[in-house]
Amino acid sequence: MDKIISTAIVLDRDNIDTDQIIPAKFLKSTNKEGFGDWLFYNWRYDENDNSKDDFEFLKYQKESKILIAGNNFGCGSSREHAAWAIADYGIEVVISSQFADIFKGNALNNGIVPITVSEACLKALMQYFEREKSCPIEIDIEEQTLMVDAKDIFINVQFDIDPLKKKFILTGMTEIEYLVQHQEDVINFEKTHEL
Amino acid sequence: MGRTIIDKIWDVHVVKSVTDEVDMLYIDRHFIHEVTSPQAFSGLKEKGLNVLRPERVTAVADHNVPTKNQHLPIENELSKKQVDTLLSNCKDHSIELFGIGHEKNGIVHVVGPENGLTQPGMTIVCGDSHTSTHGAFGAIAFGIGTSQVEQVLASQCLLLSRPKTMKVEVNGKLGAGVGAKDVVLYIISKLGTEGATGHFVEYAGDVFSNFSMEERMTVCNMSIEMGARGGLVGIDDTTINYVIERATISTEKQEFWKTLNSDSDAKYDQTITFQAEEIHPMVTTGTSPDTGVDIMETVSSSVRNSKKGLDYMGLKNDQPMLGTKIDYVFIGSCTNSRIEDLRAVAGIVEGHRKPEGVTVWIVPGSNKVKDQAIDEGLDKIFLEAGFEFREPGCSACLAMNDDKIPSGALCISTSNRNFEGRQGDGARTVLASPITAAASAIKGKITDPRTYLN
Ligand code: SF4
Repeated sequence: MDKIISTAIVLDRDNIDTDQIIPAKFLKSTNKEGFGDWLFYNWRYDENDNSKDDFEFLKYQKESKILIAGNNFGCGSSREHAAWAIADYGIEVVISSQFADIFKGNALNNGIVPITVSEACLKALMQYFEREKSCPIEIDIEEQTLMVDAKDIFINVQFDIDPLKKKFILTGMTEIEYLVQHQEDVINFEKTHEL
Repeated sequence: MGRTIIDKIWDVHVVKSVTDEVDMLYIDRHFIHEVTSPQAFSGLKEKGLNVLRPERVTAVADHNVPTKNQHLPIENELSKKQVDTLLSNCKDHSIELFGIGHEKNGIVHVVGPENGLTQPGMTIVCGDSHTSTHGAFGAIAFGIGTSQVEQVLASQCLLLSRPKTMKVEVNGKLGAGVGAKDVVLYIISKLGTEGATGHFVEYAGDVFSNFSMEERMTVCNMSIEMGARGGLVGIDDTTINYVIERATISTEKQEFWKTLNSDSDAKYDQTITFQAEEIHPMVTTGTSPDTGVDIMETVSSSVRNSKKGLDYMGLKNDQPMLGTKIDYVFIGSCTNSRIEDLRAVAGIVEGHRKPEGVTVWIVPGSNKVKDQAIDEGLDKIFLEAGFEFREPGCSACLAMNDDKIPSGALCISTSNRNFEGRQGDGARTVLASPITAAASAIKGKITDPRTYLN
């Protein structure tokens, strides 16, 4: 995975916590599958499990792989179920002006790329994509660029991604593979470590 | 240039530096619970991996457990399956488990410290954001996701970026009726839910040095609520005395622990200072933990409320918090369910009785806390006040078991999160200290605990 070209979903709310992304009652599962159906459950469904048509999230193309969300996305609980729900729904990139630390790590471990942009850039993206539900955003992970090139907008910004995590995304290597490969280092370290 | 305790602990745990930013960090202690571990164990199985150091892992069943009739099988099938899965995973991998009914069972962040497993200078992780609680011991403790739980099980290490450091200093003397919970709600109200993102926080100053270990745990517990990766307090005699009552520690090690404290000229990425006298009993007003206000103030004195949050709470901007009618009181959670909390509650409610129509649950943090409370006769005081004294677990803090606050009901809670639906679909949560919750329980409305102090 090095390029993602997709329309976007805008969720203009700040501090979207992991209890909103996936409420605790869905955490009783012992596997990772199917959480996408419960993504944003309390906003998306009424008491009788009927879809709430006024939830803005549902007004965008279901196939969108990019979510543009308000500041401090993913705060709260460490539940990786939040990342599983987002990935299972089909979202591959989340754009915000800030991510909570644990969520960011969880996202990367599930192939979701969290992209932090400036507040001004986030605002511009939100305003534009609230109107333009069929315009694509192009994300190039290798080049670390986010680009929108359409009739009345041009955005081309560079984003940060930790070089190691970038390598993992581009090569498909996982953190656990890396760690297990370096077991010898751990065993040597333990020889002098006393805590 | 001086170094902080955060840097010093970090440095002694670096197995190797992978890039300029990322270190492979050794983890001394790993706590697991039933909700965030099953997928980690299945991951190991799929990959054909083993648990590298089972002796460094301790398991607890807490999130899903009923708080009544724990001797009976769990009725909810899914909860039962999670708890059973934990049991078989622990058995398969020789991991010590404090399961339901075990004398050491309780909420993971209460159990670790009270059994001497949490120690200064350690790196401590758990698939749970409130792992920051253990920072009270001068440890680097933080919550991780399930993929990382799997990584630690397999390798005892994590790949982490070096932390930024923040010092939050509170100096002076706290007024009567103002406690650790008020201090942390105050700090969060000033910093906001993202104010410490990317940082480990060191709490310093007179207020924290004078705090007991339990009070320090209450503060460190809520570090995540300001976005911090973790929060800790330096290591002093209070820390060491608490630990040596629960574990055998050589004098060399005790001396070593003290060397980990921040140097007087240590440099932090950020430093923020508050004055103790400015802190009053706090209650939250909205649906994020940074919406705390002085209990004497109106809702509008929090600048962090949104219209959506207030609508959800059924509160208006010009409304005073004092006197707001409550339906439920929850005294529990890893923030405030320890023996000192229960003693403080008993001190307020003794000789009083709650009004009809208010439901009060007291859920001790562990079996040890529960037994201690019974030994001290606190359970009788609670029962006479019309409160329910339950068995330990996370309970209504996240309402994964049957302890749910009904939709629309207002609950004053000693837990750490007032998110929409956290305590049950449609439930409204006001976060407060144990004594504020206790005073409010007796009156059936939000009440200043200072009216009950003599
Ligand atoms: S008591 Fe609440 S915050 Fe603490 S571990 Fe349990 S669910 Fe999490």
